[in-house]
Amino acid sequence: MSKRTDSNVYTLIFAIVMVIVVGSMLAFFASSLKPNIDENKRIEKQQNILYAMGVNENDESSANFVSTAVAGQEFSKYIKKQLVIEGDNITEDEKAYLIDVKKEQAKAKKGGTRRLPLFVGEKDGNTFYVAPIYGKGLWDAIWGYVSMDENMVVQGAYFDHKGETPGLGANIKQRYFMDDFYGEHLLTEAGVFKGITVAKGNNDPKNEDKTDYEVDAIAGATITGDGVSAMIKNDLALYVPYFKTLKK
Amino acid sequence: MGLLSKKDTALIKDPLFDNNPITIQVLGICSALAITAELKASIVMSISVMFVLGLGNVVISLMRNIIPSKIRIIVQLIVVATLVIIVDLVLKAFAYELSKTLSVFVGLIITNCIIMGRFEAFALGNGPWRSFLDGIGNAIGYGLILIAVGFFRELLGSGTLLGIKVLGDPIEKTGLYAFGYENNGFMLLSPMALIVVGIIIWVQRTKNKALIEEN
Repeated sequence: MSKRTDSNVYTLIFAIVMVIVVGSMLAFFASSLKPNIDENKRIEKQQNILYAMGVNENDESSANFVSTAVAGQEFSKYIKKQLVIEGDNITEDEKAYLIDVKKEQAKAKKGGTRRLPLFVGEKDGNTFYVAPIYGKGLWDAIWGYVSMDENMVVQGAYFDHKGETPGLGANIKQRYFMDDFYGEHLLTEAGVFKGITVAKGNNDPKNEDKTDYEVDAIAGATITGDGVSAMIKNDLALYVPYFKTLKK
Repeated sequence: MGLLSKKDTALIKDPLFDNNPITIQVLGICSALAITAELKASIVMSISVMFVLGLGNVVISLMRNIIPSKIRIIVQLIVVATLVIIVDLVLKAFAYELSKTLSVFVGLIITNCIIMGRFEAFALGNGPWRSFLDGIGNAIGYGLILIAVGFFRELLGSGTLLGIKVLGDPIEKTGLYAFGYENNGFMLLSPMALIVVGIIIWVQRTKNKALIEEN
């Protein structure tokens, strides 16, 4: 059985035409939708930061951001200062929330100085310091925002992920996990940075002990949990010098 | 039914039970194990697969006479990947919240063997309308098993359904926890999905002996 579609020339031409058609189709979609997608991502960052400092529309059990329509407004209302810490230099920058933490981490690896964004927010008379963190889970990137008071006691946390397993690792963005971080201490009494470990069997499943530097892990999500511990330890440790200056 | 002939109806009905993609054809097992730890993920995955499989089957069926057989698998893969990526981009631009929920599934859909399996086994040899019905039928059959597995795993593993507390303590001190019941964390791990699928296969073959293969 010899069909026209079996010849080598036909196969080659078909492959070339298909690649060109599909490639240009995808390029067209990607570039024409990019402005919308970027805008959505920008708003999401604002919502994340606000969420971490407690500006959100949470109901009893689910996590809800402030609506996209008012995110920009709320952001400028609650976030008083956006700082960029670069070594000993501290500057204010209105666009600090757009700093790509992943790129900064890569820069630091190559020996450059990493720019650390920090958002200073005020709500009900309390000051919150919100820092972004970034790391890797089981399958792909995980990231988050942690808000702290001036003693580096966690006041709220938001985590998100690109592709963790639904029902297991993906649950790091569920309230029952994120809420556990509230009130946890990052520094020992002596002021040494210790971080927070996502731990199994820590004898504190209700998470009443806030100075054990541990929160209860999610069953079946060991590697994602380790990723969360690691990004807290690595990224938040860099902010310790800044918090020390606050005490003087 | 005027719209569907008897043969067409069979295309939808067969994959639901007697020719179910998961329990009989053994396609799409990987995702059935990976994402059934909770019911919501099962439902989202079922709907996404229904969409991609229905549309993909039609596209492949329309192209079936011009696809060179030597590279047909690659062509199939490209069709699925393109469809899924375009849908993902459009969702990201216009329904960002929804796209966040689905993002995890994008990769899983592209590599889902049920999709390639139906392209190869059906769409390459049949017209668009019949292929569409076959795609929908198989996706529903796949979804039924996914939802059944998700139901048991979430119920027994976390004591919830769709995130709502069912077993345990819906109202303080009235639930099963008060009697010493505990959630079985083992249900949340993939091996238990395999065992649940196994039980479904067992039940199905006990009811319909014609399905048992002879060695």
